[in-house]
Amino acid sequence: MLVEIRGLSFSRGNRAIFDNVDMDIPRGKVTAIMGPSGTGKTTLLKLIGGQLKPDAGTIRVDGQDVHRLGHNALYAFRRRMMGMLFQSGALLTDLNVYDNVAFPLREHTKLSESVIRHLVLLKLQAVGLRGARYLMPAELSGGMARRVALARAIALDPEMIMYDEPFTGQDPISMGVLVKLIHDMNHALGLTSVVVSHDVRETASISDYVYVISAGKVVEHGSPEKLHHSGSAWVKQFMDGLPDGPVPFHYPANGLIDDLMQSEQGK
Amino acid sequence: MNTRTIEIMVGLFVAAAIAALFMLALKVSNLASYGQDEGYEIKAHFDNIGGLKERSPVSAGGVRVGKVVGINYDNQNFEAVVTISIQQGYQFPKDTAASILTAGLLGEQYIGLDPGGDEENLQPGDEIELTQPALVLEQVIGQFLYSKAQGE
Amino acid sequence: MMRDKLQSLGRHTLDIFARIGRGAEFLIHTLYVLPAILLRPALVIRQLYYVGVQTLVIIVVAGLFVGMVMALQSYIVLVDFGAEESISLMVALSIMRELGPVFTGLLFAGRAGSALTAEIGLMKSTEQLSGMEMMAVDPMKYVIAPRFLAGFISVPLLTAIFMSVAILGGYLVAVELLQLYDGVFWSQLQAKVDFYEDFMNGMIKSVVFGFVIVWIAVFEGFDCLPTSEGLGQATTRTVVHGSLAVLGLDFILTAIMFSA
Repeated sequence: MLVEIRGLSFSRGNRAIFDNVDMDIPRGKVTAIMGPSGTGKTTLLKLIGGQLKPDAGTIRVDGQDVHRLGHNALYAFRRRMMGMLFQSGALLTDLNVYDNVAFPLREHTKLSESVIRHLVLLKLQAVGLRGARYLMPAELSGGMARRVALARAIALDPEMIMYDEPFTGQDPISMGVLVKLIHDMNHALGLTSVVVSHDVRETASISDYVYVISAGKVVEHGSPEKLHHSGSAWVKQFMDGLPDGPVPFHYPANGLIDDLMQSEQGK
Repeated sequence: MNTRTIEIMVGLFVAAAIAALFMLALKVSNLASYGQDEGYEIKAHFDNIGGLKERSPVSAGGVRVGKVVGINYDNQNFEAVVTISIQQGYQFPKDTAASILTAGLLGEQYIGLDPGGDEENLQPGDEIELTQPALVLEQVIGQFLYSKAQGE
Repeated sequence: MMRDKLQSLGRHTLDIFARIGRGAEFLIHTLYVLPAILLRPALVIRQLYYVGVQTLVIIVVAGLFVGMVMALQSYIVLVDFGAEESISLMVALSIMRELGPVFTGLLFAGRAGSALTAEIGLMKSTEQLSGMEMMAVDPMKYVIAPRFLAGFISVPLLTAIFMSVAILGGYLVAVELLQLYDGVFWSQLQAKVDFYEDFMNGMIKSVVFGFVIVWIAVFEGFDCLPTSEGLGQATTRTVVHGSLAVLGLDFILTAIMFSA
């Protein structure tokens, strides 16, 4: 196991986002974390990355308790272990594609510019955007920005990559490209991948193991096939994307007739 | 924006600011005269110094020759003691008189030096014997009214 | 009803203290990482361009007009006393003691301060700051420190430029327009403007203003809600709080410096 989460609790204000959650993320595999919007999937990635501190519980990455590291040790640990792909790509807007990918190399290594150039071009080749290296982030489509961000995330050859909603808002072609890239990265580089998403079909197609979380708990976990045949009506509704089920179509309200009658009386 | 262009622009900005600082220091303030202050100090007692302040000018024959560097009160003689710094190169006889004058009717007050005829010159640390206090407008007007009333 | 109002008043008061606390913590963190940025002068130079050079035009134009207006107004008053040769003194003393640092501070808060807040806020809302953290690049060092240092350096430099341009503006009006004698203009200044008392005190003010404005601007950007609304509010707060801080501090500093 690369990541071991034990008894994780985290809350924002009075709202519990995670309540005593246990999770294991196996090394070298693609693990998907799925759940409805607003269940704190992105928060989970930030907890693993050490950007947020849990209220209770531990998160161990490669045997190291992330939240017991000091500031400098945490940064060194991230540099060695983790890459993260943000939903927006999080490219630095004042640098072009090439400089964005070169950024972590220039910040963290003393490599010469010619070596950096080789590395950057190889990483960009891997995501198919070598020809776009002089474009600015503002000139990229959302899918291209994510691919550049992916090239940047693997620039320092981390052990694991966390993908935050990589498929959201993509057209089918970009989506297909990203699905393929995540799959290939995992296979070719032996990266451990954590994919947070609610695009069930795409995510399930590339993941080896799936956690479904809702209301601060792990509702179900297992291989994608197992989840499709889950006994839980809620998981079934989520996996198949049904409009009505345990999660009702209607927000709780009084009967429609009553409401209409009330509005007649000027209320 | 090209890095080199940025560096040049920033360089120009800093150079302009330094030029501005120099102009302000040398052309718009008395910093230049601080350097020439290697003068010698003499003292003078006055009954009343009026509105004289530190850094008030000291002139002789309309030429600025120094400035006031200290104002104290002498508890023994109940007089004001003014320390004057005279620029190096200016010499005055021992019996020079100092009076506190006003530039114009409402202008600032300064010390005017009136050289006498002594053979010897004032040395650093010497004191000017002959002094004339500042004219205080209220007193002058008071005296004028008083003499008018006496005359009638 | 009354209780609700009291509760919300209390909550707002606590919010204000919480913000001040975060601001102080942020400042200490910034000062702590500041020495490291001296090893990366390229980052600071780039920010000096955005913060300093781009504010220069408005500073020069404003300085020129303020100086010219001051000279005209002084003339109108002083000519009645036959003291129009003191125009230069009036202009220079007002500019050096008050208007230079204060105007520069206000203009800087409006032009560069708001831009700093908006830029950092945008970097936050587009996850660029988080992204840097995950790339193990500390945004405090890479983003905040160079901007803070560049702003802190820029304000006194801009103030010096404002002062000299304003005095040149006064010169234009007094000598070219009102036909005052050129030599009188400068000799009045050299005789009566004190380098330490007038000029240096003005520069000290500008250093204090620069520190506070940049602190507010950078903090508001870093602390803003990462939404377009939160960004707008933060930018407004930078301009309002920055300007008020300049005016309030100006009173305090004036009281300390010129009271004796």
